[in-house]
Amino acid sequence: MATKTDIARQFIEAIPHSKSLGMRLTDMGEGVATIEMPYDEKLVGDPETGVIHGGAVSALMDTCCGAAVMSHPENPGGTATIDLRIDYMRAAKPGQAITARATCYHVTRTVAFVRATATDADTDNPVAAATGAFTVEGAR
Amino acid sequence: MKAPRRPPEPVQVIKQRRDATLRALVEGVPYIQYLGMQFERKGDELTGVLPFDQKLIGNPMLPAIHGGVTAAFLEVTAIITLSWTYLWEDVESGAINTESLENGGLPRLPKTIDISTDYLRSGLPRDAYARARINRSGRRYASVHVEAWQDNRNRLFAQATGHFLMPQRRD
Repeated sequence: MATKTDIARQFIEAIPHSKSLGMRLTDMGEGVATIEMPYDEKLVGDPETGVIHGGAVSALMDTCCGAAVMSHPENPGGTATIDLRIDYMRAAKPGQAITARATCYHVTRTVAFVRATATDADTDNPVAAATGAFTVEGAR
Repeated sequence: MKAPRRPPEPVQVIKQRRDATLRALVEGVPYIQYLGMQFERKGDELTGVLPFDQKLIGNPMLPAIHGGVTAAFLEVTAIITLSWTYLWEDVESGAINTESLENGGLPRLPKTIDISTDYLRSGLPRDAYARARINRSGRRYASVHVEAWQDNRNRLFAQATGHFLMPQRRD
């Protein structure tokens, strides 16, 4: 039997943009999600250094936060982003994959609150941090 | 009446310099090419254009543009508008070297410190447009607001405010 997590994983990997960026969901459940995005030259934002563009990190963060909301036991269905703020702490190392980990830390009947961090191979020094609010859909 | 000190440059000379600078900024960044973004210019006013593409979809059921794409579109529009404004004086005076720009000598770009995106309605499978307003640009930091719409200019589907670290002049 397919669990809610299996369905969500298939759903996320079926998102055309996430697929186009090569995102892979490595962990999901109980309001926490981890998604990995491999390094790709087409995502470079600064050709002089080869550093990935912040926009691609935003897409990773948004997908990961959405996945965390969907995996929360109190969220009955889908979700959409209300707002998302991203802080860029440092440039990701060229050549390394970026991994985002999001936690949906509070859910009301209508709103889910999420925070996330993104790291490269140096997991003690986050590349970026995000906080956001997402819709809770299908609630009565 | 006093004659102007210098006759105005021929329109095609100044247009060529403006367009070469804008082209270098936009075509030099692989990620902007990946998204398929373009910029339209009217004098110094820029409009970011994101032609719809299947790979930009984030919700195949609706369908809707991916929230990350929307955030990226706003961020790119902010960075290009900021760079453009920062380079404008050199473009107008002719101090900018368009030949080196055309050979891939990209000017240094501002870096995003943070950006906060408001999703006002879902992004439809249509072309999207964005314009940035620089609220403050100092020697080191800049604060920029960006608005994005699709079919109707006054029905925004997203807006963002971001802070950026300005490149330091290399002289």
